Amino acid sequence: MTNESGMPLWEVFIRPRAGLHHKHVGSLHASDSTMAVQAARDVYTRREEGDSIWVVASADIHASDPARSAENFDPASDKVYRHPSFYDIPDEVGHM
Amino acid sequence: MYSQGLIGADSQPVEDQAFLDAFQRRIDAEEKIEPNDPMPMAYRNTLVRMIGQHAHSEIVGMLPEGNWITRAPSLRRKVALLAKVQDEGGHGLYLYSAAETLGVSREQMTEELLSGEAKYSSIFNYPTPTWADIGTIGWLVDGAAIMNQVPLCRCSYGPYARAMIRVCKEESFHQRQGYELVKSLCEGSADQKAMAQDSLNRWWWPSLMMFGPPDTDSQHSDQSMKWKIKRFTNDELRQKFVDATVPQAELIGLSMPDPDLKWNEEKNNGQGGYDFGEIDWDEFWRVVNGHGMMNKDRIAARKKAWEEGAWVRDAAKAYAAKQKQRTAAA
Repeated sequence: MTNESGMPLWEVFIRPRAGLHHKHVGSLHASDSTMAVQAARDVYTRREEGDSIWVVASADIHASDPARSAENFDPASDKVYRHPSFYDIPDEVGHM
Repeated sequence: MYSQGLIGADSQPVEDQAFLDAFQRRIDAEEKIEPNDPMPMAYRNTLVRMIGQHAHSEIVGMLPEGNWITRAPSLRRKVALLAKVQDEGGHGLYLYSAAETLGVSREQMTEELLSGEAKYSSIFNYPTPTWADIGTIGWLVDGAAIMNQVPLCRCSYGPYARAMIRVCKEESFHQRQGYELVKSLCEGSADQKAMAQDSLNRWWWPSLMMFGPPDTDSQHSDQSMKWKIKRFTNDELRQKFVDATVPQAELIGLSMPDPDLKWNEEKNNGQGGYDFGEIDWDEFWRVVNGHGMMNKDRIAARKKAWEEGAWVRDAAKAYAAKQKQRTAAA
C-alpha cells in the first residue's frame, strides 16, 4: 500500500534473540526496504528489544477475511479429541 | 497484524440497532476490536481524532524540550534529554501507525496539524524559559500523560492499546528523570530552589488542564467510556494526579500554587484526597483555540521541519524509483 506521497507502508517484525520467532511490532513508512530496516532500528529497538529485524511491504501481506472468521476458525472449537486431555489413561501410567 | 490492505475493501456496515448491539456486546465482553473488524463510524472517528491528537502531541511535545538539549548543564542530563525527545518522536510514530489502521493517511494527519485544524495537547503551547522547566515537564507533564495513558493500555481498540503499552513502558523514565532534576535543584542554592518553585508555579495549572474539560462539559466522554476507549473520566484522572503529585512536591520542599489545596478525608469514598481550587477554563479554551503563548511558534517550527525535510523525502523516493527501474531492466 502506497500513500499519496509515494512512501510505501512496511510491517516490522523483531526477533528478541536467537531461538525465538520474529514478532510483529508495528509499521512505518519508508521509500525502500533499506530505509525501512534503518527506520525500524531507530524506532523499534531503542532498548535492546531485539537482534534481528524483518520488514515486509504491507501490500504483500495477504490476510484472512475477518467477516469469515466464524467459518474459518469456529469448527476447531468442538474438536476436543485433538487435545491430549480428551483421552482417559489410568493414573498408574504416570506421565504420558 | 496491522495489515491495512483490507481497509476500504469492505463497505461500511449498515448501522442498524442489531449491529450496534452486537458491537456493544463485544466491547462489554472485553473483546479487542482490530483494524478490519466491522465498527460503527462514530467509534472509528472518535479513535482517529483521539489517536491523531495524541500523535500530534508527541511530535509537538519534542519542541519545548528540544530547545534545551544544547544547553543541558551536564552530559548526564544531556543524554537523558536526548533520549527522552527521541522517545517522543518514536511515540508519535507508533501512534500515527495506529491511527493509520483506521483508514486515515499520514499525509492527511500531517496536513491537519500544519494547517492548525488538528488539535494537540494545550500544554505544549507554554514556553520553557528556564532549565527547571525541563525537570518540571518530565515530572508533571509526563506524570499527567502517564496517568492518562496507563488506562489506555486497556483501550478496546487493539492497535491503540498495543501502542500505549510500548509508550508507557518507555515513558516511566521520563517522569523519574524530571523529578530527579527538580529534586536536585531543590537541594542546590537558594536561587536554584527558587527556579524550581517558579517553574512549578507556572506548570501546575496547565498540567491539571491536560486531563481536558470537566466531566460536566466534556462532549466525548460518555460514549467513549461506553465503548471502553476511555476507562476513567477526565475529572477522575485529574483527581488521581493531584493526589499522587502533592506529596511528591512536599517531599522536596515545594508548594503548589493553590491556596485552596486541602486534604479532605471524605474524598475518594473515605480514602481521602485533595480538594483543589478552580481551574481557569477560559485560559484552557484560549490556548486550545490557538491563542496560547507558543501556538504560532510550534506550528511554524513543524512547518519549517516539514518543508526543509522535503528534499530528503524526494531524494529517498527518487533513489527507490531508480533502483526499482534498474532491477527491472537487469
